Amino acid sequence: MTDTISPFVGGIVGTPRLRKEDPALLTGESRFIDDLQLPGALWIALVRSPYAHARIGAIDASAALAVDGVVAVYTGADLEGDWAGPLPCAWPVTDDMKNPAHLPLAVGKANFAGDGVAVVVATSRYAAADGVEGVVVDYEPLEAVVDVRDAASDRLVIHEDCGTNVAYDWELTPDPDGVAAAFENAVHHVTETYVHQRLIPAPMETRGVAVVPAPHNGDMTLYSSTQIPHVLKVMAALTLGVPEQKLRVVAPSVGGGFGCKLNVYAEELVCMTLANRHGVPVRWTETRTEAATATIQGRAQRQTIELAADADGKLTGVRATLLADMGAYLQLVAPGVPLLGAFLYHGLYDVPVYSFTCRSVFTNLTPTDAYRGAGRPEATYAIERAMDALAVAVGVGQDEIRSRNFIPTEKFPYDSPAGLIFDSGNYQPTLDRAKELMDWDGRRAEQAERRAAGSTMHLGLGISSYVEMCGLAPSRTLAALNYGAGGWESATVRILPTCKVQVVTGATPHGQGHETSWSMIVADQLGVDPDDVEVLHSDTAISPLGMDTYGSRSLSVGGTALWMATEKVIHKARAIAAHMLEANADDLDFAGGTFTVKGSPDKEVPLAAVAFGAFTAHDLPDGMEPNLEAQVTWDPGNFVFPFGTHIAVVEVDEETGAVELIDYAAVDDCGNQINPMIVEGQLHGGIVQGVAQALWEEAIYDADGQLRSANLADYLVPSAAECIDMKLDHTVTPSPTNPMGVKGVGEAGTIASTPAVMNAVVDALRPMGITDVRMPASPMTVRRAIEAAGGSS
Amino acid sequence: MEVSVIVNGTGRSADVEPRTLLVHYLRDDLGLTGTNIGCDTSSCGACTVLVDGRSAKSCTLLAAQVDGAEVTTIEGLATADGLHPMQQAFHECHALQCGYCTPGMVMAAVSLVDEYDDLDAAGVRVGLEGNLCRCTGYQNIVRAVLAASE
Repeated sequence: MTDTISPFVGGIVGTPRLRKEDPALLTGESRFIDDLQLPGALWIALVRSPYAHARIGAIDASAALAVDGVVAVYTGADLEGDWAGPLPCAWPVTDDMKNPAHLPLAVGKANFAGDGVAVVVATSRYAAADGVEGVVVDYEPLEAVVDVRDAASDRLVIHEDCGTNVAYDWELTPDPDGVAAAFENAVHHVTETYVHQRLIPAPMETRGVAVVPAPHNGDMTLYSSTQIPHVLKVMAALTLGVPEQKLRVVAPSVGGGFGCKLNVYAEELVCMTLANRHGVPVRWTETRTEAATATIQGRAQRQTIELAADADGKLTGVRATLLADMGAYLQLVAPGVPLLGAFLYHGLYDVPVYSFTCRSVFTNLTPTDAYRGAGRPEATYAIERAMDALAVAVGVGQDEIRSRNFIPTEKFPYDSPAGLIFDSGNYQPTLDRAKELMDWDGRRAEQAERRAAGSTMHLGLGISSYVEMCGLAPSRTLAALNYGAGGWESATVRILPTCKVQVVTGATPHGQGHETSWSMIVADQLGVDPDDVEVLHSDTAISPLGMDTYGSRSLSVGGTALWMATEKVIHKARAIAAHMLEANADDLDFAGGTFTVKGSPDKEVPLAAVAFGAFTAHDLPDGMEPNLEAQVTWDPGNFVFPFGTHIAVVEVDEETGAVELIDYAAVDDCGNQINPMIVEGQLHGGIVQGVAQALWEEAIYDADGQLRSANLADYLVPSAAECIDMKLDHTVTPSPTNPMGVKGVGEAGTIASTPAVMNAVVDALRPMGITDVRMPASPMTVRRAIEAAGGSS
Repeated sequence: MEVSVIVNGTGRSADVEPRTLLVHYLRDDLGLTGTNIGCDTSSCGACTVLVDGRSAKSCTLLAAQVDGAEVTTIEGLATADGLHPMQQAFHECHALQCGYCTPGMVMAAVSLVDEYDDLDAAGVRVGLEGNLCRCTGYQNIVRAVLAASE
């Protein structure tokens, strides 16, 4: 049932291997941004608008300047001349998209609670914080727009110069007549509306910035807790007008990102400009409360999805409509987040016609942007919840409705109705195996028994089958979507004179274990010990070319570049070996780190001798450059499409509304696996992050646009006590689009788990007539749903 | 004010403002940056250290409160012979990804195992409720703590 073709023969790739990142992280040796020692550095703290929408009047900094240690205070107006441009939005999805000027410090008007209006510079972080208390800003509070429908009505326009709160409308309907006909002729027409609450990404390390200037020679080093040092370098150079070749960006150890560090933030540019002005290092570390409002949030969409199906429940058309909340401004890739889901609202089902439309609006809330999955969790949620509704309408099981509609394996590569080409897939085995892991029939029987016995502890079973597009992304596809950059990745492989290996990658890990996986790939290809491979990254002085880490792209794009660079090095080494052995290069075998002449196994030369020979360059083939080094930039030809099926079982207490996740099974297919241990770890964490959206997490705003869950006491990031052990298995369907046959797995768990859990919650409550529960399914929300349905009170 | 502690077996002291938190004292005054800060409400546990052998969130204590106490930070666990058994278990069970919560999680786990003799998975989950991890989903952390407790 699975195809396990892999190019690896070294016995390293595909087996679990402990991480080489761990010892430094386990002992406190790692250096995160706040750990950097920078003598003489000044600290900044931002004065942030307490109002979601307010005109900024006079700013009196005199009390702040009297604080011991405070060096200076700057308002937005003071620094306005320092910016060559506003904070960048790199994804103008339509030509007429509205993009209001987003200055690092607001001038004239604050547009969300947390918008920076002034900055205090001081000799310590304590003094900077004290200084903020002393800055008196004369605000004129304005009415805030907090609801997307209210925003879309333009009753109150936030950015006057835009003339509307609508940032853009975007549509993908390849066959409008076909869609209309599908719904006209549908036997079953399901219409569902879902709400994705706002989420706070909450990596355990908040953001931080430190800028070290060299005023006399003009160099500047920007340290930032970022996922994107390479992208940041370009954007910072453009926004500040500094020469890019003088700018070095370093991401030190980064304590998680989940998309929220895939951005260019005000504090990075403020620190840069103040380092310029003061001529000394300037630094900032975000507090957790700041992280809730000043770092991007995720999701925030209202969705309507319609399914057309024939009498058997076979889909004949899918139509999805979104209203997406951009927040107060457009952050780096925010407009594109709905588009990353736009192609996937038909899920992994074979559908002839398809329509997607999205309207994105401004509100007076924290800007949104990419958060683990970015668009694909939203799409998967819509189709997977709606498939359960269709199953009910047709009168078949949730498993059966999916089996009837899965894209048949023989149709791959599959031309999707949204215009993509799905690379490979074999969906039914993941559903079968997940049901087996879960004892689906046994659980169903248990559910029926409880119902028959009149139990108030209801069991619910939820399935979510998913496909995602990741490996962002073919540059030409990005061009068609108006994205402002390419989707390639770079790698350099360098065999040192002593046959140790240096790898330089443009990917920027922040927990994913690239150093381990990358060294496994290279070691397997070269026949060396993975411990002899050093992986360098996250510093533009060491790794000048890169597009960084997000969108489950590192392995399928950056890993492919690495694989190809290693092959290129082997090709050169082979020529040198042939010269040493006085043989034809085509007559050499290379295995286990040794070149041998075919048919003459006693004629051999180890890679170590070739490496040293390439270094001394005493006797290289004519015209060959010394040293063994190769660089490859890979631009993928297509996305990759991982898939799988997850099943959740929940217990819902009818009397209290409490939902408990009691069992979870996941069967995922990310193609060939490099390090199965890391794959499992990504799934564990991803699943819990998606479960958290279903059950616990929400950025709760009041009608004035005040965030009521602005810290980890009020925003429920789950602890070990809420979580359970998950049962994982996998199938292997290699991608034909890259030589390693790999896909991606960083976001899969999050994409799959939210609808699995919510389908389970609704399944538990369906006998009461409940067809939807808002996320998160808190006890209060569940009780309200029960009471609204006329259940027990 | 002068605050003196025995940190990881060595007597250290520094002159600090009375309001200085223990975590800032350790990080900024003693240069022990292995202990991380993850929140401002004592919710996340990233800053957990041992004070006189028991786990404590070092953001909830003033440095002045531990004057004269013995403090163990993550830097004090490993020896020249290698990782502490809890660190080793975290490594072998893949119980960390980004590693930011890890020092606090390991310190809390060391204290938990020290305190309870017959820990099971449920006990570990409840016992580590005060330490948040965003990466691992906790499954491998629980496995590691159980492995180290044997």
